[in-house]
Amino acid sequence: MQEFFIDPNRCIGCQSCVAACSECDTHRGTSMIHLEYVDRPISVQTVPVVCMHCDSPTCAEVCPADAIKRTGDGVVQTARKPRCIACNNCVLACPFGVPKMKVELSLMMKCDMCYDRTSVGLKPMCASVCPSGALYFGTREEIEHLRPRSKPVNQFQFGAQTITTKVHMMVPRTDAVTHVDVLSAMEERPLDDVFEEIP
Amino acid sequence: MATLPKSTDVLVNAWGPHLNRMEGPRVDTGTEPDRIVPTHCCFCGQQCGINLKVKDNLVIGFEPRYDFPFNKGMLCPKGVKRYLQGGHPDRITTALRRDPENENGFAPMPYDDAIARVAAEIERIQSTYGPNAFGVLSGASLTTEKAYLMGKFARVCLKTKYIDYNGRLCMVSAGAANKKSFGIDRSASPWNDILGAEVVIIAGSNTAECSPITTNYVWQARENGGKVIVVDPRITPIARTADLFLPVKPGRDVALFNGILHLMIENDWLDHDFIAQHTVGFEAVAEHVQQWTPKRTAEVTGIAEKSIRAAAELWGTAKTSFLMHARGIEHHSHGVENCLSTINIVLASGRIGRPNCGYGTVVGQGNGQGGREHGQKCDQLPGWRDISNPAHREYVAGVWGVKAEELPEAGVDCYEMMRKIDAGEIKGLLSICFNPKVSLPDNAFVTRALEKLEFFTVIDFFLSETAQHADIVLPGSLHEEDEGVVAQVEGRVIKINKAVDPPGDAKQDWRVIQDIAHALGRPHGFTFESPREIFDELRVASKGGVADYFGITYEKIEANNGVCWPCPTLEHPGTPRLFEDQRFYFPDGKARFNVAAYRPPAEDVDAEYPVILTTGRVVSQFLSGTQTRRIGPLVDQYPEPRVEIHPRLAQKYGIADGDWTTVESRRGTVTLRAQVVTTIRPDTVFIPYHWPGKKSANQLTIAAQDPVSKIPEYKVCAVRIYPERSEGSVEQQR
Repeated sequence: MQEFFIDPNRCIGCQSCVAACSECDTHRGTSMIHLEYVDRPISVQTVPVVCMHCDSPTCAEVCPADAIKRTGDGVVQTARKPRCIACNNCVLACPFGVPKMKVELSLMMKCDMCYDRTSVGLKPMCASVCPSGALYFGTREEIEHLRPRSKPVNQFQFGAQTITTKVHMMVPRTDAVTHVDVLSAMEERPLDDVFEEIP
Repeated sequence: MATLPKSTDVLVNAWGPHLNRMEGPRVDTGTEPDRIVPTHCCFCGQQCGINLKVKDNLVIGFEPRYDFPFNKGMLCPKGVKRYLQGGHPDRITTALRRDPENENGFAPMPYDDAIARVAAEIERIQSTYGPNAFGVLSGASLTTEKAYLMGKFARVCLKTKYIDYNGRLCMVSAGAANKKSFGIDRSASPWNDILGAEVVIIAGSNTAECSPITTNYVWQARENGGKVIVVDPRITPIARTADLFLPVKPGRDVALFNGILHLMIENDWLDHDFIAQHTVGFEAVAEHVQQWTPKRTAEVTGIAEKSIRAAAELWGTAKTSFLMHARGIEHHSHGVENCLSTINIVLASGRIGRPNCGYGTVVGQGNGQGGREHGQKCDQLPGWRDISNPAHREYVAGVWGVKAEELPEAGVDCYEMMRKIDAGEIKGLLSICFNPKVSLPDNAFVTRALEKLEFFTVIDFFLSETAQHADIVLPGSLHEEDEGVVAQVEGRVIKINKAVDPPGDAKQDWRVIQDIAHALGRPHGFTFESPREIFDELRVASKGGVADYFGITYEKIEANNGVCWPCPTLEHPGTPRLFEDQRFYFPDGKARFNVAAYRPPAEDVDAEYPVILTTGRVVSQFLSGTQTRRIGPLVDQYPEPRVEIHPRLAQKYGIADGDWTTVESRRGTVTLRAQVVTTIRPDTVFIPYHWPGKKSANQLTIAAQDPVSKIPEYKVCAVRIYPERSEGSVEQQR
């Protein structure tokens, strides 16, 4: 079985996933992916956010119109157009911040793991193009072989809420990643005068 | 008369860049493509495989090309959105003539009349001032067939010695160093050799943004236990997780690699057998690097001594390794020495020509490799032959059916051509696939030179900032409107396939060139009916040269997902990994160590201009932006250049994140918003160079060049910075 793995440690912020998502044949022109810098002033680290496809999707649980459905194989879909009342409950409730409200359509849209592709054995668009392997679609055996330094995790704690997801997050097995810093790798101290002025 | 016919505002309003976005059949989820065309991306030297979806002679989208082994479906955002350059409102679909009376500055004209006018002007200039008064500028985004034809056109049809190409801004430092060290100019190793490397050194390559697919190779090497060392003044995305980050002071790379070699010698981390049997020149280099003690290396490079020692130990004690470099160490007035200093540590390690032991230069342009092999370079003939070598001239003249003595001598590099235009020596110019007004350094001078031309013609698909100066614009073809081969970063020759026809009067570039030759009454050698015919002549012209393509055919490329040159016979499988027999391309078969002496940048900082400026790229734009500044989603991603400043430096000048900030060099000023980040050295500011006019970083850069490769020093010049408080001047920038 092919599964979806997110490895934020590999993300290079190129937005290829964002661009490719909008090429998906079921929602051409609209990207469902969020890609953000964590804290650009101090790092180029970025994180791609696709739907985690929860076993018990909070978005569906809070939907007053019962518009959000989960397929038999665990994919949480975009809201059903006839039912969605564009109330934004799902947008506010999702612990991962995934659903987007398309105001012009009065419709919540979100990643459906390229259901048109994955249901016929193709990889999702984002995980196809991602040039760094931050988004990966393949079997458990493949990811374990390719990424021995990380382990897939699919259980997350948000306060009292425990969430189990279809999508896995790759987490380093050993130490946290060392923060690379310019100043600490420098010999000279340019602008010493400025350094001294800063407490 | 190559001044702008109208103001820039008028020209931009009429001819763009305008933004093309997904609409019509490209956004309609019900559109079924007529066909899917397997080809490659039009942008960088990775040359990712891509399938283009075509409907009614329009590329409407893409499908990942999982079966192409280099990228396996992967693409960067430029590749994903590249198709939006087709069906673009800015597309030039007729010939144009400069017309200040026309409200748009240019008037459409019949194609044949335009060709006749170009031929007449070439004839007039050459008969008045001599054949060398007309020059040709070409480019390395052209297919190899076109690049070959441009070289032949200049030498055989125009009989001018003045042809050069924009690979001068890209691959020439690496190329010159490769020739000096190995006798052959190509990445030595297939990219799969990265995967098993214990140590990967990345020097001056913003890999994640400029060659994104390579990121996956590097990070897979880490998963396999490899250590990654990144040499860069900025923490680029590939540096973020580096095992060792060496924040080199711009322009000091030679010192770093000489310092590493010093430690390799001191600790006897050398492959003595390899050095003795397969190289010459080690003693002189060893003697030279004696002065590069860790302490001195640290002082000059600005890198902590302990990091230099750690890098030397990682590299020195590794069993396998891969070293790659790109423009970061090549764009210098000592770019060749920078590359030689990296090659020296590869040769001292003996780790080359074997599995998981590699060296490569990360090619920039789509055909940055193939475009530098077959004669559009000022001193070169096809097959990497030398235009100054009598035997080489004799051979190529024979293929071309002309006398060797009729071939011109070597010309000069493209920047020197600008100086010759300025000096009145070159009066007329034909330019294709080149946007020097944006891409050359000190571009106020470039503009002045262009304005002095008596006649200027440009073959292009959009009216680039350079084409705005043209007297006649001839409508050329997009990448997806023609077929041909290119050589990607590994030296793998691959096939670009045609997906759609050129619109209106636009024609494949090789047809335009041949039409000019015919109009000049010099059709001999310019009667090709297809790119395949050009390629077949190129195969013969390259035969026996270092870059031997004779054994490569279109069919062989298709059957094997590419063929790596050299490939001398039809039976030959190609050469994915060079030097497997430990023989290098010199008569004695031995590689050369070359002394790489440290020289500071041409323009170092001083009290007046105390800050270093370095320039580079962002992932969503490509080179001078002629294509990518017209693609809406790519512009949305990074709409405007910003100047990256470390908070320490920003605080010194009272600059906050987002403030309008003026950067001033001895050549020009630019005012941009500041991006205050700790991911850059505090003595250095960075500006990406993809934009024209008042946003152009190349208003500031210096036209100092490497004495051998003639590459400009884009990566270092001296500037001063200050917050821009005057509202009026800021308004002008918007």
